[in-house]
Amino acid sequence: MIEVKNIKKGFGDKVVINGVSAVMQTGKCNLIIGASGSGKTVLMKCMVGLFEPDSGEILYENQNFTAMEDEDKKEVRKQIGMLFQGSALFDSQTVEKNIMFPLDMFTKDSYSKKLKRVNEVLERVQMKDVNKKFPAELSGGMKKRVGIARAIVLNPKYLFCDEPNSGLDPQTSLVIDKLIKEITTEYNITTIVNTHDMNSVMEIGDNIMYMYKGDKEWEGTREQIIFSKSERLNEFIFASEFLKDAKDMRMLEMSGKIDNNRNMDDLIK
Amino acid sequence: MTFFTELGRYLLMIKGMFSKPENTKMYWKEFMHQCSEIGIGSLGIVTIISVFIGAVSALQTAYQLVSPLIPKSTIAQIVRDTVILEFAPTLVCIVLAGVVGSKIASELGNMRVSEQIDALEIMGINTKTYLILPKILAAMLTIPMLVVISMGLGIWGGRLASSLSGIVDINVFDKGLLENFQPYNVFFAIVKGYTFAYLISSIPAYYGYHVEGGSLEIGRASTKAVVVSCVAILFADYIISALLL
Repeated sequence: MIEVKNIKKGFGDKVVINGVSAVMQTGKCNLIIGASGSGKTVLMKCMVGLFEPDSGEILYENQNFTAMEDEDKKEVRKQIGMLFQGSALFDSQTVEKNIMFPLDMFTKDSYSKKLKRVNEVLERVQMKDVNKKFPAELSGGMKKRVGIARAIVLNPKYLFCDEPNSGLDPQTSLVIDKLIKEITTEYNITTIVNTHDMNSVMEIGDNIMYMYKGDKEWEGTREQIIFSKSERLNEFIFASEFLKDAKDMRMLEMSGKIDNNRNMDDLIK
Repeated sequence: MTFFTELGRYLLMIKGMFSKPENTKMYWKEFMHQCSEIGIGSLGIVTIISVFIGAVSALQTAYQLVSPLIPKSTIAQIVRDTVILEFAPTLVCIVLAGVVGSKIASELGNMRVSEQIDALEIMGINTKTYLILPKILAAMLTIPMLVVISMGLGIWGGRLASSLSGIVDINVFDKGLLENFQPYNVFFAIVKGYTFAYLISSIPAYYGYHVEGGSLEIGRASTKAVVVSCVAILFADYIISALLL
């Protein structure tokens, strides 16, 4: 479990995060959603220690990460896996070397054991015969999957995903979402996902936090989001007429006014 | 950003490099990789430059020494001393500032922009120690070697040009090379080599590591790194000469 307590962060005169508090639950997909510039990436970077918050605390299993010495922070970071927006794979290394890198750095396992683990995680993210390929030879979705494989190779306790679906087609986005959800449940890890993809919100969001201009505007589950009264949240999530209609239908379904197993042919008639 | 702010950030980066490696074997591997990239990778350009600067300095010295009172062997002495004292360490290092410096700045800049440095940080790796220190150590090991090779090749280039153009007989040139030779000059050149190697690697590393933005900023950082490195080399050249000669 990760606890964020009253985090504030600014750059110069500009306040980017204005006293945000939240709890990221273990074994669940915790989503941080919000428009571009709402501060969700900065919050995530504060959580992993890439940015130093101006005030507030970040607790990993009740241990104050913000107050830790650099060496202690390193130990916590070894339990963190992160999938970056652009995948952040090492260009000059093959897929196999990319995934093996954390194993090379932090374990004393034999090459064959490390290779076995690399193949295991590659299989887990449904990638085969790509060991000797370079990142430049992979598609966006494949890069993300290799990024996930590298993030989970050391069996992390915490998985951070920064906009995992950016630049991907809807079908590949669903595959990535499904993968993140499965890995979270399978390994019982605390997953934090930064996104503004509404499919992700409805598919994998166990615990959702909506940020607006550096403040936490709303928090709840994906079921609660449908009935949310927050105008800003509704404007953000159900931006188009199509999505507004879909929301109304879903509300009716959930309140039992429409049979959600209805036959489409009947509706057309 | 003011000069002192940049200097402060540079010094903090240097201080941050010195930490216990997470895995010595991986750091050694990276160090050897950088030795190959910087040393072997620059050997071709160093060879070409050295031979030609030696050859040109021989021809131009001969052109200026018109007095019959000055023996021809003096040409060899002038070529030898100019190559050892200035051309091999300074000129070669200025060229290396372009070749090696721009490579270091753009490599680190690209890693920064594409979040590869952040990915390493998240893994719990000190990126300054892993990415910058091996580059500086590799430069400080290989560049003085390149300077020594450049000395030999420069003198050989002068000898070759002298004999091909018929300005000085090879035997006279060889005799001149041995006259009034001061081994201290070689020591002086190696001191320069070490100093310049440090500047060539650490300044571009600073600019590359602190890139903010996109590909345009990587290009700007690379250019700035080369310009600042060249100015620093010339400045250091003057200081070392004033102190050691």
